[in-house]
Amino acid sequence: MSLQIIVMVKQVPDTHNVSGDAMKPDGTVNRAVLPAIFNPEDLNALEEAIKIKETIGGKITAITMGPPNAVKILKECLYRGVDDVVLVSDRKFAGADTLATSYALKCAIEKVEKYDLVLCGRQAIDGDTAQVGPQIAEKLNINQLTCVSEIVEVNETDITIKRSIENGHEFLKSNMPVLLTVTNEANEPRTPSAKLAVAYKNISGKTSDESYDDEYLESGIDDPISYIKEWNVESINADPQLCGLSGSPTKVKKVQSVVLTASDVKQIQNTDEGIAELINELTEEHIIG
Amino acid sequence: MSAKNSVMVFIEQNNSKVADVSLELVSEGKKLADKLGVALDAVAIGYNLEKEVEVLGHYGCNTVFYINDERLSHFTSVPYAKTIVEIIKKHEPQIVLFGATTTGRDVAPRVASELKCGLTADCTELQIGEYKLKSKVYKNTLLQIRPAFGGNIVATIVSPESMPSMATVREGVMKMAEPDTSKEVELVSEKCGLDDSDFMTEVIEVMIEEKNVDLKSANIIVSAGMGAATPEGLELVKKLANTLGGEVGASRPVVDSGIIDRDHQVGQTGLTVRPNLYIACGISGQIQHRAGMAEAKRIIAINNDPDAPIFNIAHYGIVGDVNDIINRMIKAYKARA
Ligand SMILES: Cc1cc2nc3c(=O)[nH]c(=O)nc-3n(C[C@H](O)[C@H](O)[C@H](O)COP(=O)(O)OP(=O)(O)OC[C@H]3O[C@@H](n4cnc5c(N)ncnc54)[C@H](O)[C@@H]3O)c2cc1C
Ligand SMILES: Nc1ncnc2c1ncn2[C@@H]1O[C@H](COP(=O)(O)O)[C@@H](O)[C@H]1O
Repeated sequence: MSLQIIVMVKQVPDTHNVSGDAMKPDGTVNRAVLPAIFNPEDLNALEEAIKIKETIGGKITAITMGPPNAVKILKECLYRGVDDVVLVSDRKFAGADTLATSYALKCAIEKVEKYDLVLCGRQAIDGDTAQVGPQIAEKLNINQLTCVSEIVEVNETDITIKRSIENGHEFLKSNMPVLLTVTNEANEPRTPSAKLAVAYKNISGKTSDESYDDEYLESGIDDPISYIKEWNVESINADPQLCGLSGSPTKVKKVQSVVLTASDVKQIQNTDEGIAELINELTEEHIIG
Repeated sequence: MSAKNSVMVFIEQNNSKVADVSLELVSEGKKLADKLGVALDAVAIGYNLEKEVEVLGHYGCNTVFYINDERLSHFTSVPYAKTIVEIIKKHEPQIVLFGATTTGRDVAPRVASELKCGLTADCTELQIGEYKLKSKVYKNTLLQIRPAFGGNIVATIVSPESMPSMATVREGVMKMAEPDTSKEVELVSEKCGLDDSDFMTEVIEVMIEEKNVDLKSANIIVSAGMGAATPEGLELVKKLANTLGGEVGASRPVVDSGIIDRDHQVGQTGLTVRPNLYIACGISGQIQHRAGMAEAKRIIAINNDPDAPIFNIAHYGIVGDVNDIINRMIKAYKARA
């Protein structure tokens, strides 16, 4: 028996590098100029999975829910040593908030059937909510360990981790199955393997309804997969009412583009005199001592 | 005795002391409760906290539901989540607020998932207002306001049909009210309905580390952005902070690049600060950064781009190279009349 590890990965717009033209003149977001990237902390989660596989053995399945072009990050997973990948994609998932997202992902994980560890990134940079991980854990009815900055010890029945908290850290231990959310303190993710990148270069998706039977779970880890599994609402047995917009209790009432009103900023000349005057003014007003 | 439909705050404690963020949320929750004409309640979980929770009354809390159990003395996810869910089901608040701390962000989503209710993370503002969806009008619903999408937009999120609506808010975002020590809170003990099997996490050790910087109480903060993220720039920022007797802050990309510790991050996902003086060195002024410092009494912006958004909220703007300007400031301070 070896560990079954599931890693949840998400493709996100690169919100950390938003440039001026991200907003269209009409105030809407110009998604086209934002490149889609692998959510950074999901790479940290993936790295921990690969490290566990390398030390005690295991099989890693990466799952993403997203549009068809999210296969891009699944290929990235394969290039780094993941054994199997699943794209959960369906128009009915559109407009999902974190609750509807975690419901769909829970259904996908249950289709994989057997799992010991579920690894997520701490948060996705598109919204920084950090909600989906704990919500998946609740829906699977398993324990959760969040903000994991180090996996201290892992064996086939339990895991000990270091968790970062505001004023220090704590060491926690849990039996499996358990869900972890991993932070960027945990590791420096590896780069893709050239050999695997060549092997999986042309792999593409295929809608499949097959479930993970015992045969799959026992199959050799070194057998390369030949296609990316694609699942939809029906194939994960999800209730469409609980997916997408209809399954989302939160609604966006309005979005406003940020308009800064010109303030009464006092221009200080960048000269010795200009700056000396500012410092004297602030001193007189007891702003600086 | 409290009634249904209250506003409720989850009380966080560190070593049995009520966390600042919880007092801030009680202060804010009180305003929302007054607007709605309902009670402001709290839920406190832990061991031997009777004395500590008395302070909640000073900030306007009416009733605290208190679960006392030795097994709950330290936070772990499943027992806390289950306990909060039980309290919410029993008392049916319409709004529940959590600190956006490692504890709050761990437990709130788990509670929201179990109750199938809406949860909005990292709100920077909370209001009570109206929401119209087709022909339906929801009056007095919680408007949860937060920046989104790289800070180019501010979104107002509602969960009008969700009972309750839940939100997390970072420490420092809401102002703590002036305590009124004559006001008392009613303490209502609640049974702990947990089984030993709910305690799925074993706490092996907790290590408390002293913070190496206390931005929240600093009077002067000199902050480095990407425009000051060179070795020389960062040295000068530190030197200026030292000279003025202030602390060093930073924007998120500077923290992410690893050259300065996370304790220094100012902004939506860092700290919210209100110093007397905030000097933004090479910071563009994206909304997530502004969310953490816009309420400083005086803001000096230093940037070589005259169109940088930071100038729109600054009181003093200096256009030019950050190294140049900091050197001039240090010189002027030392030579001041
Ligand atoms: C969900 C979310 C949460 C976020 N939370 C935070 C947060 O908590 N805190 C935070 O800060 N950010 C946060 N961000 C990031 C934020 O959107 C901005 O990306 C960030 O604040 C920009 O940092 P910066 O101004 O240092 O860098 P930049 O935007 O790169 O700006 C650098 C500035 O320096 C100027 N400059 C360059 N060289 C010089 C020089 N030699 N002299 C003078 N000026 C110079 C440039 O003109 C420019 O204006 C968040 C983003 C997201 C999506
Ligand atoms: N659509 C998705 N597909 C797969 N994993 C996801 C998805 N959304 C969120 N996650 C996982 O949940 C974590 C937290 O996401 P968030 O709650 O959006 O900040 C991410 O780092 C991912 O590991």
